[in-house]
Amino acid sequence: MADKTLTARDVVSRLESGMTIGVGGWGSRRKPMALVREILRSDLKDLTVVSYGGPDVGLLCAAGKARKVVFGFVSLDSIALDPHFRAARQNGAVEIAEYDEGMLQWGLYAAGIRLPFLPTRAGLGSDVLKHNPDLKLVQDPYGTEQLVAMPPLRLDAALVHMNRADAQGNGQFLGPDPYFDDLYCLAADQAFMSCERIVPTAELSAAGHSATIKINRQLVAGVVETPNGAHFTSCAPDYERDEAFQREYVKAAGDPQAWAKFEQRYLSGTEDDYQAAVAARAEEVA
Amino acid sequence: MSSAATESVDQPTGSATTADAPVTRAEYCAVAVADTFAGDGESIASAFGTIPAIGVRLARLTVAPDLLLTDGEAHFVSGSWEIGADPHATEGVVIEGWSPFRTIFDLVWHGKRHVMMIPVQIDGHGNTNISAIGDYTRPKVQLLGVRGAPGNSIYHPTSYWVPNHSTRSFVRTVDMISGVGTDSARAAGPAAIAHHELRRVVTNLAVLDFGGPDGTMRLLSLHPGVTLDEFHAATGCAVHVEGEVPATREPSAEELRLIREVIDPRSLRDREIPA
Repeated sequence: MADKTLTARDVVSRLESGMTIGVGGWGSRRKPMALVREILRSDLKDLTVVSYGGPDVGLLCAAGKARKVVFGFVSLDSIALDPHFRAARQNGAVEIAEYDEGMLQWGLYAAGIRLPFLPTRAGLGSDVLKHNPDLKLVQDPYGTEQLVAMPPLRLDAALVHMNRADAQGNGQFLGPDPYFDDLYCLAADQAFMSCERIVPTAELSAAGHSATIKINRQLVAGVVETPNGAHFTSCAPDYERDEAFQREYVKAAGDPQAWAKFEQRYLSGTEDDYQAAVAARAEEVA
Repeated sequence: MSSAATESVDQPTGSATTADAPVTRAEYCAVAVADTFAGDGESIASAFGTIPAIGVRLARLTVAPDLLLTDGEAHFVSGSWEIGADPHATEGVVIEGWSPFRTIFDLVWHGKRHVMMIPVQIDGHGNTNISAIGDYTRPKVQLLGVRGAPGNSIYHPTSYWVPNHSTRSFVRTVDMISGVGTDSARAAGPAAIAHHELRRVVTNLAVLDFGGPDGTMRLLSLHPGVTLDEFHAATGCAVHVEGEVPATREPSAEELRLIREVIDPRSLRDREIPA
């Protein structure tokens, strides 16, 4: 079987400006941050980012990579709001399509199973319909109700981060929640999966019930081993969210000079440089 | 002074946790939240904020024993645990199911769930905003985003908790309808009203529902110490008031014991609603 192992740089080389990119995880949980950081280092621009948003959205906005954000929320969980996304919105620097989080799931699912829409009540009566004038209603063919017809959210590429994967693209979550990562892969023309460790296939079923091998290889174009690659978001049980680092991120984001320093210290080099700076920081604090 | 009170002097946050201490505003609010979930049966109770978290645990220990509660991550858990504590490190707390977001989304649309959300703005028909303040294309303040508010409010019982009742939170019209109010649901037609049910709004000043004319907000009770004038001065939208407004009910001795000794012995409630 094909070995789909790639580097983060390989992944980014397969992306193009103007693409619609789905980012897995949820809020500040199991985000493919190493892949996001690789995008920050690239000359990609004008991306449409589809996300249950966290610092992935914030960083892509801060770096001017996101032209549009498709979202239901953007949150850092233990800190309610991401300051960069806030600033981008309040400066009018980014377009948006805001949906109920269930509508977002429906859009990914419709794309994944090749349907023109999926019906839902969610959105009815809310300003989600007003601010997404392209959304249409559909008549129940068996009854009289008018429902929202959620269109597919087709992705040019999906980026997800799993705890374990094999080189063929089977992916495993070992934490409490798979989130919607498999739907992102299903909805994408090409899905790239980073993981904490690439292991022989037999180790996947040894590490947990087979239900945790949530993503199967036919959905995955490439696999990247990025240890600590979800940092600073959580990747339980491998590691929890780095709350102190997240606080530093938020604090720096509030002030241009502090942000320049943060970028210089953490985001100006390679992923190895990033991880070294994070380790050095942890030692300083200890 | 009781012996419990004497002992409490040595505890850093113990002054409000003694059995005979006066009932605090936070405790009136917690009991009002519990009453909101009374009789809910085997329904998921999802609560945002400290007082709602206390209220649903109190409800499960008293008036709604069959409620389903999650650990805030991806499990349904039985038993009770302290506010701020890890349920899985608490004796007697047992995982009774797996509740990843995917499952919760299904159960939201299935309907046996009652959520209590915290709106930034709420109007007289219960339309709420958690998305953005000001011009939507370039908001003055970007908030969380609508999250699940449109779906929650259209699919299952929904209540609200407003810890800072003021003319900034209670407004004539909200800037971005995230949670659907009674008028908006009616205007959107039969599919919108089929399962739409706004239950209550509990605030730091009062308890309200939507039993006013045409589904408008109605004042049910004022917390002890709050006057009607004070309420009106803090409310920027019309609220239906019928006759003499009662005071929010007193907690029972057992409810106070549960709040102070079992659910919130560290008095985190006082951080949300200062005594």
